[in-house]
Amino acid sequence: MTKKELQVSAIENGTVIDHIPAGRLFDVINVLGIQDMENAMTFGANLKSNKLGKKAIVKIWDRFLEDDEVNKLALVAPSAKINIIRDYDVVEKKKVNVPERVIGIVKCMNPKCITNSERVRTKFTVVNDSPIVLKCHYCEKLTDQEHITVL
Amino acid sequence: MNSRSLVSIEDYSKEEMLEVLELASEFEKNPNQDLLKGKVAASLFFEPSTRTRLSFETAINRLGGRIVGFSDASSSSVTKGETLKDTIKMVDNYCDLIIMRHPVEGAARYASEVAEHPVLNAGDGANQHPSQTMLDLYSIYKTQGTLENLHICMVGDLKYGRTVHSLLQAMSHFHPTFHFVAPESLKMPEAYKLNLNKLNIPYFEYTELDEVVDRADILYMTRVQRERFADPLEYEKVKNVYILRNAMLANTKENMRILHPLPRVNEIDPDVDDSVKAYYFEQARNGVFARQAIIAKALGLEKQIAR
Ligand SMILES: [Zn+2]
Repeated sequence: MTKKELQVSAIENGTVIDHIPAGRLFDVINVLGIQDMENAMTFGANLKSNKLGKKAIVKIWDRFLEDDEVNKLALVAPSAKINIIRDYDVVEKKKVNVPERVIGIVKCMNPKCITNSERVRTKFTVVNDSPIVLKCHYCEKLTDQEHITVL
Repeated sequence: MNSRSLVSIEDYSKEEMLEVLELASEFEKNPNQDLLKGKVAASLFFEPSTRTRLSFETAINRLGGRIVGFSDASSSSVTKGETLKDTIKMVDNYCDLIIMRHPVEGAARYASEVAEHPVLNAGDGANQHPSQTMLDLYSIYKTQGTLENLHICMVGDLKYGRTVHSLLQAMSHFHPTFHFVAPESLKMPEAYKLNLNKLNIPYFEYTELDEVVDRADILYMTRVQRERFADPLEYEKVKNVYILRNAMLANTKENMRILHPLPRVNEIDPDVDDSVKAYYFEQARNGVFARQAIIAKALGLEKQIAR
């Protein structure tokens, strides 16, 4: 990592999620379920970014995110860059890939959908990558990127 | 979860659709067959729909089955706050097949995951109504002798009309050309048109009905409902544009037939009813045969049908 990126203190081992759009920090936390992890973490909000204007960063100590976890970010922060850190060095960079199916993470935007009236786990197929469009397995309605709400 | 449910028209492949049409024509020849002897079908209408319920229940009766159920949620435990899951679990214990209509979209898909027995969707809100689509296909097949290469003209509310969307999905297997006639505010949604583009299926859009009737093999009329317009003035402007009258049929194709999911309001003038091209009443009759076929397939009884 270059000095410039170190607006939040460096970590020895773990995962750095960088380039999160400023307003999406809490969605990222929710989608990854990291509020329930016991690992040490630092969050940086409203940091300067050339690309995004303002960005957020999440650093998780001693936890190395797997691909399927990283891909959940496609729904809320597709621009995020993930660095796996070992011994203060970036050993792997991961990009967010859009998954084929999205289960139990986001809400169906159709108020008349069964998933909004009864306790049913949401299920979507991804019918378009960029921008992301999700098709509900139950009501078959589409939910587009700007209407994605994390459960 | 069981794979024999019919929740969405997309649950059927092209081959399965053709198979169901074949079965429907067998039932038309021999409507009374005791295939369901000793079987019980649940007919769960969480919202009333007399037309669809009578059609399904006639189909069950002609197959020699018995029916339990309700025709309106107010007479069931649903009003006591029971979840759909619990209602379905209970009914699933008693019967061999579940036919359900529900105002909530996706309710039938969820029920099909909760139940051991097949679930047939008789309408879930504005989403799907696949038995209607199968009876539409059967009507097209019967009147045209084929489903291939037809000019299908859809008229009226193409934005909210679930029957036109499902028919569009189903016909897309058979190399159609679509003609969409709708007022500006009720046009076919972009998502459906994008999909037609992907499939290389030609379609044309119109705002006037008389421009296109002469080209149609099938004229599929739907209701233009006052409630769909934000501005009542706009409704007043368009309501008469989409009324089909007998005089407009003068130069239409010999084989052209007029379909309508019924009930109609005023979009087909009664002076059309006596035309040989008016097919909407027979279309409703085809519903029983199509539903017999769907039921037989759902229960795996295809081989036992008299031919
Ligand atoms: Zn939904």
